Amino acid sequence: MILYPFIIEVFQILLVLAVAPAFAGWVKALKCWSQGRTSPGLFQPYRDIIKLFSKDVVLAENASWIFRFTPYLVFGVSVLAGGIVPMLSVDLPLAATADVIALVALFAIARFFTALAGMDIGTAFGGMGSSREMTIASLAEPAMLMAIFTVSLASKSTSLSQMVQVIYSGQSVLRPSVAFALLAFILIALAETGRIPVDNPATHLELTMIHEAMILEYSGRHLALIEWAGMMKLFLFVMLGIAVFAPWGIAASGDLTAIPAAVLFMILKLAIVGAGLVLIETGLAKMRLFRLTEFLGSAFLLATLGMLSYFILE
Amino acid sequence: MNELREINKLRDIIAALFGSDAKKEEGQYPLSVLTYILPREKFADAARALKKAYALLAAEWATDETSFGRGFGIFACYRKGSEYLIVKVNVPLEDPTFPSLSKHFVPAYRFERQIQSLMGITPVGNPDARPWIKFEDWPQDAWPLRKAFNASKPLPRVEGEYKWVKAEGEGVYEIPVGPVHAGIIEPGHFRFQAVGEDIINLEERLGYVHKGIEKKFESMSWENGARLAGRVSGDTTVAHSIAYCMALEAMTGCKLPERAHWLRAIFLERERIANHLGDIGAICNDAAFSFMLYQLSRLRELILRTNYKLFGHRFIMDKVIPGGVAVDIDSTGKKEMLSELDNISKDFEKLVVIYEESPSLEDRVRDTGILRPERARELCVVGIAARASGLNLDCRIFNPFPPYDRHDRIELGVPVLITGDVHARAWVRIQEIRESIRITRYMLENFPDGEIISSFTRPSPGISGFAAVEGWRGEIIYWLQAGPKGEINRCMVRDPSSVNWLGLEQAIPGNIVPDFPLCNKSFNQSYSGHDL
Repeated sequence: MILYPFIIEVFQILLVLAVAPAFAGWVKALKCWSQGRTSPGLFQPYRDIIKLFSKDVVLAENASWIFRFTPYLVFGVSVLAGGIVPMLSVDLPLAATADVIALVALFAIARFFTALAGMDIGTAFGGMGSSREMTIASLAEPAMLMAIFTVSLASKSTSLSQMVQVIYSGQSVLRPSVAFALLAFILIALAETGRIPVDNPATHLELTMIHEAMILEYSGRHLALIEWAGMMKLFLFVMLGIAVFAPWGIAASGDLTAIPAAVLFMILKLAIVGAGLVLIETGLAKMRLFRLTEFLGSAFLLATLGMLSYFILE
Repeated sequence: MNELREINKLRDIIAALFGSDAKKEEGQYPLSVLTYILPREKFADAARALKKAYALLAAEWATDETSFGRGFGIFACYRKGSEYLIVKVNVPLEDPTFPSLSKHFVPAYRFERQIQSLMGITPVGNPDARPWIKFEDWPQDAWPLRKAFNASKPLPRVEGEYKWVKAEGEGVYEIPVGPVHAGIIEPGHFRFQAVGEDIINLEERLGYVHKGIEKKFESMSWENGARLAGRVSGDTTVAHSIAYCMALEAMTGCKLPERAHWLRAIFLERERIANHLGDIGAICNDAAFSFMLYQLSRLRELILRTNYKLFGHRFIMDKVIPGGVAVDIDSTGKKEMLSELDNISKDFEKLVVIYEESPSLEDRVRDTGILRPERARELCVVGIAARASGLNLDCRIFNPFPPYDRHDRIELGVPVLITGDVHARAWVRIQEIRESIRITRYMLENFPDGEIISSFTRPSPGISGFAAVEGWRGEIIYWLQAGPKGEINRCMVRDPSSVNWLGLEQAIPGNIVPDFPLCNKSFNQSYSGHDL
């Protein structure tokens, strides 16, 4: 039984790798249906990744090691983050060593290197994308930390496993502070994962891109890794939201029999969150770039309100 | 000069101001537009006088008239209300220069660069001597529109440099975009100078789809010319072939049967509806509101499929021919179009409600890419861009062919907005679709009987013909000239994009970089129609 948490850990990382493209496919399929189109199916992202892996890498002549190293780093960060966020069970050895602050920092490292890689080649688009991405990051990261801190105030811990367990034990249902934090988290997650209304993941317009502009020069397996990591990031943010705000169904410590049910719950929640995401993305146009400061500013404000209401009301 | 304000007609101004210096070109059919021949040095004076009379410059072009035993001809076409007037000056072979009009009319600056590049006649006083459309790797003295130029021989490549406008200063950087873009669109190069995200200057460079169409016309028969005109800009094939055919018919005095006119009008309106539907969707899609794109594309596709079924071509290409049209409709076709219009207008109105009631979309399209009315007037823009910026121009009203000339019946309510932003250009399109559906319905219900083609005779030598037709982008102008043997000596094509590209360039500074695609889409110019 000592090995059990490690098996869960490995299983969960594999799950992130395997299921993240399916979730991206699900969101795409729902989007197609909402617009009256036929969807390419749940498995299109897998086909895209396989296609990219089988293609050659085209490197710019002046690409430095940063450019070549970044895809692996970004991918590695996503895999590691997959070991931290509780999805099926709270028995995660990694979650004990790395808390939510470390998680935010992990994503920040990936972003830092992606921004460097965007500038590395020296094209105008890469630099433009990097500058926009860092603008968003500087606003999103503090808001993200504020939202998470609000929840961790209630659970008296920044460890995700600990937070899940506290919420799970029924101590914090429908607290106003958590409601504020949830709203803030949704706004931040949209910005962090590059969804409409912040960024348009499906656009071909170089001048409007944010995340895509930074990775415009990538090809072949590099692009496959980055795309895959992007899908995992989306998946992980959904999982993080579920773990912090709606953890019901995640197996408690040492409860092996609850794992199959946890898988079912996870699929159900993913389906619902996917539908919610598509509703937002279909109903909204992309914001003007400089509206982002207001958007993320209000996320920060909501998170702060959550924290204040914790001290005032609870 | 002051007493000239009392005179309304442009032709009277020229006659009053230049007296015996101004000669009317002889031998033209009354259907064609009046041409005054002035002494060369009076070319710019005429422009100044006509500008004072609130005329707009519609086009400026050159002809090689060596086959007539003359030198070159420079033409400027002015428009005021429904009056068109052409002013021509003769330029001798040994001294190929003419006074530039760019001081009086801004768009002349590009027309003249084009004349200089392709015909090798120097506009004296034009501040910009860089080539336009022709690229710098062509020999300086290769002037493809001259008769002496052999178009069948490949040219040697030479070294050359295009001098871009430069902006310097702390934090100013340059973003070169294109000529090949990420989407499936035509090629064109845009160079932005930006500080942060704010664009301080945009410079366009076009000519990447220069195919030598104007030169090609000169080796074709009059009948085949209509087919080439239909291919100048594929999305405007009907309007271009109508304009060509009308210019040709003006040269021969050919009178069309009523039914042929009405059929042309129906083709034209169907083209307008289909393209506007696609454009509105594309504008919304550039703000990442893709729902509209897919729904409007579906409606557009319905029209194209009906076109294919009834007329044998999705874009109704090659169905407008000199002397009439090549395809007729019967009563079942009429019924089908009527019921199709009912369906489309029902769904379209629902989508318009979504467009109007989406605040996130409204936030993007309002106050973006503003082309101010005074600027639009200065640049002599036409079509949608003009009507969105307060200029009331529409050939269907001011220069109509039947059935549009039945103003009492058709009563075309063309929208004119003054905000000049992306929303205004989208809204003009929305209103035009409504109007087009309404008048198409009227036309189908009152369709005249009769022939669809009349006999067409070849034009006699030396005759020229002019036509202006309102395509979906705006006014398309064709000017044809028959050579000494009655062949095509010159075919001048003025797509609306030739002037409206300037409008885009001027609407952009002050916007932010990520809003450019949206602004560009709201203009949606033709590259092919401009580059020719």
